[in-house]
Amino acid sequence: MSLVNFTTREITCKIVYYGPGRSGKTTNLHYIYGRVPDARRGRMVSLATQTDRTLFFDFLPIDLGQISGFTTRFQLYTVPGQVYYNATRRLVLQGADGVVFVADSQARQLDENLESLQNLQSNLLEHGVDIRTVPLVMQYNKQDLPRELILSGADLDDALNFRGVPSFSADALHGQGVFETLKGISELVLKKLAAGSAA
Amino acid sequence: MTTALHPKYSFDTFVVGAANRLAVTAGRTVAENPGTAYNPLFIYSGSGLGKTHLLMAVGHAAKKAAPALSIEYLTLDEWVEAFHAAIAAGQGDAFRRRFQNVDVLLVDDVQFLTNRKEMQSELLRLTEALQTAGRQIVLTSDRPPPQIADLDERLISRLSGGLVVDIGVPDYETRVAILRRKSEERGVRFDPGVLETVAGAEFANVRELMGALNRLVAFQAVNEASVTPETAKRILGLSPAAAPVAAAASSGRPGGAGGAGGPDEFGAFLADVTVTVGKAVEAWRARVTEAMLRWEGEGGEGYRTQRLEALLKQEAPAAVDAAITEFAHDVERLKVLESEVAQFDPEAAGHSVFRDPERMGEAEQAAARVREGGAPPPGPSAAFPLVAFAVGPSNQVAVSAARAVLEHPGKKYNPLVLVGKSGLGKTHLLNAIGLELARKRGAVVACLSTQAFIDELIAAIDGNRVDWWRARYRRATALLLDDIHLIAGKERTQEELFNLFNLLQDQDRQLVFTAPTPPNTLVGLEERIASRLEGGLVAELTEPDRDVKRTVLERLLTLQGINAEPALIDYLADRHADSVRGLVAGVQRVVSAAAAQDAPVSAGLAREVLEGQAPREARRSAGLRTSGLVVSSLGGIKSREKMVWDWTDPTDRVIEEFR
Repeated sequence: MSLVNFTTREITCKIVYYGPGRSGKTTNLHYIYGRVPDARRGRMVSLATQTDRTLFFDFLPIDLGQISGFTTRFQLYTVPGQVYYNATRRLVLQGADGVVFVADSQARQLDENLESLQNLQSNLLEHGVDIRTVPLVMQYNKQDLPRELILSGADLDDALNFRGVPSFSADALHGQGVFETLKGISELVLKKLAAGSAA
Repeated sequence: MTTALHPKYSFDTFVVGAANRLAVTAGRTVAENPGTAYNPLFIYSGSGLGKTHLLMAVGHAAKKAAPALSIEYLTLDEWVEAFHAAIAAGQGDAFRRRFQNVDVLLVDDVQFLTNRKEMQSELLRLTEALQTAGRQIVLTSDRPPPQIADLDERLISRLSGGLVVDIGVPDYETRVAILRRKSEERGVRFDPGVLETVAGAEFANVRELMGALNRLVAFQAVNEASVTPETAKRILGLSPAAAPVAAAASSGRPGGAGGAGGPDEFGAFLADVTVTVGKAVEAWRARVTEAMLRWEGEGGEGYRTQRLEALLKQEAPAAVDAAITEFAHDVERLKVLESEVAQFDPEAAGHSVFRDPERMGEAEQAAARVREGGAPPPGPSAAFPLVAFAVGPSNQVAVSAARAVLEHPGKKYNPLVLVGKSGLGKTHLLNAIGLELARKRGAVVACLSTQAFIDELIAAIDGNRVDWWRARYRRATALLLDDIHLIAGKERTQEELFNLFNLLQDQDRQLVFTAPTPPNTLVGLEERIASRLEGGLVAELTEPDRDVKRTVLERLLTLQGINAEPALIDYLADRHADSVRGLVAGVQRVVSAAAAQDAPVSAGLAREVLEGQAPREARRSAGLRTSGLVVSSLGGIKSREKMVWDWTDPTDRVIEEFR
């Protein structure tokens, strides 16, 4: 993977926000977009349907500037969560350096979460990638909803996080946990790329 | 400061059609023979038709043909910004030198010169310097030079003096070809008829065409059923203007600092990533890259760091830190040499040897030379030999005066003042005299533009080196100054010139000047200078006559390997041309039109190109607008020619020319 380019001194990370429909992937990106200084961010591109669901994908490039002599860029993508857009999901997943799985904390959405997680695994497999080797973090979104409607972080860890990857509780609409999640995935991705480039 | 050439923007990926063939041919020619074919090359078109792509393609092709060339691409805005930064840092000279040493300079979007008088004169100076040194400049704009508002006449003439070409809206066939090429690149196949349907629609430019294609590609990818011509029409036709692209702000985002994780979540994130990257990247690589960045950015132009770059290519180099220390040591030595040289000669201090630790030996030698006796004053440009100067009745007086000067330098006509309008060859003749004078044993010929002369004096005053500056010119066996009228109002320079003039004249050393009008008509020139200039011989060059034009034409066409028919030479020589530069520009348009149409260069073609029948390439669909202006297919040159041809009454013409 040409993630770290020593000749041009560039680091480019592609991070994909994955998860079931309406779990809050685009909301994550909007929050980040609002917090990044103008000069550092590219235009956020959203291709949405008339009902405001993500149709193709969202894309947000962020320029982190010079880090240790490397021009560092992050590219954040979301996939359309709706089941019938699998072709797009697969396309966006291609070449991803890391995945954030955004789960909907509502108890009644548990099956959708599981289904999406399986879908992620099979789509990665189609690209010849084993889900166990990809940097992955979980985000349990909508933790701000009334307690009786949602599952707790611990419950969701039991139900979804059987690989024991880092997990974060979040309220993406108000920004809780959004940057924590991004930091979490960034660390995994950058560690992995260093291990890869040393070879 | 400059932008890297985008790897995708090459000639290989540029789809050529009738609307852009002329521009592409010219671009290729320039890339293969930078500085000699069309200089400057000026490309204009509406937005999204491929100016930037073509400009970068020229860069790529030139680099491929001669990898040693230094090539710079930048937009006018970047250039202005860099200039401002340089001025703020007191590095104006370094900035000028930096761009004067570029072999192929590519400047995008020069229409933004409007209302920037300073930058216009800076660009004029740069273009002149690059042309004189035989270096190539290519510019793009959304309109031809005469239509850029508020542009200096001299700059218009200079920019139009090479070749001005436009890129039109692609025709239907080209649109289909572009769509096919782009779908292939993306590995997408469409049903027969789909791309033709898209091409049939009216898009203002290629960028919008690409947008339409993107929508189809996305639609097909999502639907897993292939798009038919009808669905394509529906997808594009239903909402042709409003692409569903939105960068909406987050609805629930609290304003200002009231967010979830404190005021600067991004800053915290950035700090975190910095630490992680620092740990992740092998420590020695980080040290080397940091060192490279530091020295590449140091002192305005930076230092060459290929020695450090070589380290990065190794797996585990030994003694990395020793190498970095040695490099730092070398750079320090270069700095010492450079500042030493700068005391005597700021020009020489800007030389690239002082920026390259791999050429330490050369730098030491150069410094030693300067220490010994200062550098000679600027000499004549080798680009203007006397044999290449076309002679005819219109400049016979000036040329025979020049020959007399060469036979008896300093004794016959001293000073010699060459007078005439812009583009008649004054600079050429001046430099030619300089070159011939420089052949003599022990000759030190100072030959430069008056502007450079003034700039040098200012720099000398600034650096407290006026004595050194004077000594440098007093050593000269001949002094030749181009455009002496620029000295108007510069009191100190007039004072210095007056003294230098007397000193040189007393010792029978030759003085030659050029000016647009006779010295006694120049405003702002002190009486004592004007009278001295009038005291020698004032020789006038007038509009090129038939003989001059014939000679220029024959030489120009032979140089380009064109076996011209007599009718063509006759036709071109009989046409009115108010300057040699204008004549050359006309010929180049004909030649490139011929290359584009793959037709021989003939009198008929010349008539078609020069007399306003728009050639096929330039025809565009009616109503194409660029930034509110309807662009004439042949640009301002055409209208200027009309101005001269159509008005037969000479008084009208005079009035018109005065405007």
